[in-house]
Amino acid sequence: MSWIDIGHIEDVPLRGARLVKTAVGCVAVFRTDETEVFAASNTCPHKQGPLSEGIVHGHKVTCPLHNWVFDLNTGEAQGADEGRIATYPVRLEDGRILLDGDSVAKRSAA
Amino acid sequence: MQKLVVIGAGMATGRMLEHLRDTDPGAYEITLFNAEPRGNYNRIMLSPVLSGEKSFAEIVTHDEGWYADNAITCRFGEKVLSVDTERKVVTGEQGEVAYDKLVFGTGSSAFIIPVPGHDLPGVVAFRDLEDTTAMTEAAGKPGARAVVIGGGLLGLEAAAALRLRGMEVTVLHIASHLMERQLDPAAGYLLKKDLEKRGIEVLLEASTKEIVGNGRAEQVNLADGTELPCDIVVMAVGIRPAVTLAQEAGVACGRAIKVDAQMRTETPDVFAVGECVEFEGNLFGLVAPLYDQAKVLAKTLLGEDTSFAMRELSTKLKVTGCDLFSAGDFAEGEGREDIVFRDPARGIYKRLVIEDERLIGAVMYGDTADGNWFFGLIKDGTDISEMRETLIFGPAYQGGSSVDPLSAVAALPPDAEICGCNGVCKGDIVAAIEGGATDLGAVRAITKASNSCGTCTGLVEQVLSVTLGDDFVLPTAQPVCGCTDLTHEDVRRLIKAQELKSQEAVWQELGWKTRNGCHVCRPAVNFYLLADWPLDYRDDPQSRFVNERNHANIQKDGTYSVMPRMWGGMTTPEELIAIARAAEKYGATVKVTGGQRIDLLGIRKEDLPAIWHDLNEAGMVSGHAYTKGLRTVKTCVGSDWCRFGTQDSTGLGIKLEKKLWGSWTPHKVKLGVSGCPRNCAEATCKDVGIICVDSGYQIGVGGAAGMDVKEVERLVDVKTEAEAIEWTTAFVQLYREHAKYLDRPYKWVAKVGLDWVKEVLSDAAERTALVERFDVSQSVYQKDPWAERAEPEAARRFQPLADLTAQAAE
Repeated sequence: MSWIDIGHIEDVPLRGARLVKTAVGCVAVFRTDETEVFAASNTCPHKQGPLSEGIVHGHKVTCPLHNWVFDLNTGEAQGADEGRIATYPVRLEDGRILLDGDSVAKRSAA
Repeated sequence: MQKLVVIGAGMATGRMLEHLRDTDPGAYEITLFNAEPRGNYNRIMLSPVLSGEKSFAEIVTHDEGWYADNAITCRFGEKVLSVDTERKVVTGEQGEVAYDKLVFGTGSSAFIIPVPGHDLPGVVAFRDLEDTTAMTEAAGKPGARAVVIGGGLLGLEAAAALRLRGMEVTVLHIASHLMERQLDPAAGYLLKKDLEKRGIEVLLEASTKEIVGNGRAEQVNLADGTELPCDIVVMAVGIRPAVTLAQEAGVACGRAIKVDAQMRTETPDVFAVGECVEFEGNLFGLVAPLYDQAKVLAKTLLGEDTSFAMRELSTKLKVTGCDLFSAGDFAEGEGREDIVFRDPARGIYKRLVIEDERLIGAVMYGDTADGNWFFGLIKDGTDISEMRETLIFGPAYQGGSSVDPLSAVAALPPDAEICGCNGVCKGDIVAAIEGGATDLGAVRAITKASNSCGTCTGLVEQVLSVTLGDDFVLPTAQPVCGCTDLTHEDVRRLIKAQELKSQEAVWQELGWKTRNGCHVCRPAVNFYLLADWPLDYRDDPQSRFVNERNHANIQKDGTYSVMPRMWGGMTTPEELIAIARAAEKYGATVKVTGGQRIDLLGIRKEDLPAIWHDLNEAGMVSGHAYTKGLRTVKTCVGSDWCRFGTQDSTGLGIKLEKKLWGSWTPHKVKLGVSGCPRNCAEATCKDVGIICVDSGYQIGVGGAAGMDVKEVERLVDVKTEAEAIEWTTAFVQLYREHAKYLDRPYKWVAKVGLDWVKEVLSDAAERTALVERFDVSQSVYQKDPWAERAEPEAARRFQPLADLTAQAAE
């Protein structure tokens, strides 16, 4: 893994998200709690809604376009909907958000 | 005999000396320095000393006799000036002493925020007996006030103790909930409530600007302008390892004195223990690891082989009546799951955090009896998959149970208002039930509860159910969502009756089953809170749908549409030029809307702050075309131009729009004002539609022209424009206060009945009160959201956090 510093935790609103542009497309960084972050694809598999604009609740996000709900731990769509978003390793160190550079560069390397 | 010199008589060195003497009393000739003019005492018990529950003598751990019995040379009240690690001597104020082994136990000092006035007399920390004495003296004055800066463990213990001594106490805390390192927001909320119950004022997100006073601290001023007069200021924001002496002696330090697992520093024969050490990057503030270190150091000094290891810690607050417990890690990381249990009736909150079938963190409030059991599971890394279902109920419970959905109602005190229309309290209803009213109709007949707007029907039924038990079968109503068993109407009434003023309060007091709601309930609760408590609750953008958070309408391709306000559908050549320029600059598609305005479609999120700035420059503000709030007021040209116009319909429309814009409502609200019954503004299918006639104004409400099409029903006919504005505003406020989130006015009117709406609004005093409450809300919310977000700091949030595309390509 190669950890890339993408910003400070305070740059992401609590129970909100920010966007990171990467080689594999837009990645959303979600802040589910004071010091808890997740990273996943920004794109809903249903109608390509921007998940970083969804409402973040618990460890889940709801797509702003048609209310699909995804678990940020697994990327799996919840309830009756079927689909999955890619999730990426991310961690916090002294308030800095570190995203795994290898996982978001995979497609271009292949 | 070897010479051992110990600098600092704190809890860690005290424990270390005990181990040393217990194991091998003859191993060392010991000299103990202490800057405080006394020996070892139990510093963490200073709280009960401060509150008067204990005396200082009771918390002394080693008295003069102990030092004498153990032949320890005490140099108390004497500061160590320097240490020479080459010559192996320590120089105190009274002279040198040589050592074979040296122990730094210099502890820590309070961190004092360097605000202006921090050095005034009357500003104290809460570290030693001198601080405690200063606080006790200040508390002696009748009606004395204390300001405690810092809502962590130490600050809250100080605050509670000072309150016990009869002081008026205000706690200032910089974070959004108390003890944010040990507690999550829900437990922090309950703690705040308990402290407030005992008369302690708690101000969150409070930033101290300065401490002022004539020769001593007399007042604390906050950054937001709040002024807090006081007799003493207690700074309890944190501690810093005291390492100056070690640094000057050339002992390797990071944030504190670096030690290995044997408590050895990098300098030969020099050791350190307690709050002044850094081990593998960690600092220490709680007592348990300090005692571990003391044990390890004693063994090291006696040549035994042992090593110090980090271990899980748990926290309890030593404030009588505030029962909280936290352990392990309950915040950071991926792949974790929560189990949440709330019992509002008993003020209980428990949250367990699970990862890989192991318990890794626990936060509890109100009932901490099982705390040590959970702590054991965390420490041992026990596989909990077998007991997962019943885990949260603790070791005694097997088989699972569900929270009583009625507990929120059961918890209401008798004087809690259930029916706002008729002023009926829970006690009145219970009395009626005990007097023989056993169904809704009977309760209604006797108490008038739920007899008017009807939104409290669910609550009245629940009071019936709680009071009658199995004799009453509760009709099943549609709950808000899976997070709760309550209906929207129940939630609204309970927010009012229990004066719930924060999301955390709603989650806890109404027994929410999830940590912070979901996309269905959270926007509704956010609206109810801001509508009922405009001055206490702050709108939470993260509880809003994307459009209301980004102040533009998201389109199917992820771009946005931008629509400036055109008051009453009027515009000017200058505005049109600015709109045209903006459309060109940002590549917008231009659409004329049904609400008499111009929509700019296809704007990228990153460009929103810039286009808002451009439109603001031309004097335009947000049209709120994206909100559950006032949208447009459609007008015709009226008596200004039209040969049939009876009144100035355009002027009235503009006045209404200027009055109502910026307000949040349960769903969108559209108005129309037509200058004559020909109704060119199509006012009769609006939420509020006004038809001007020769004799005045006909106000209709509850129209619809969407999925349902419905003509307005007449609310009232009035003679003057001022009356038309007053009635319209009062109607909108009544709707804001009572309707279910996402019910348009026509749906709400159908539920409560137009007769009830008329009855309320026909009371002149009630109308005035409604308009006043609306104005209070507008004082907070009638601000152009575009102007606020076009500022550089806010605009930054509309850009991606980072762009790794260049980096990834390398």
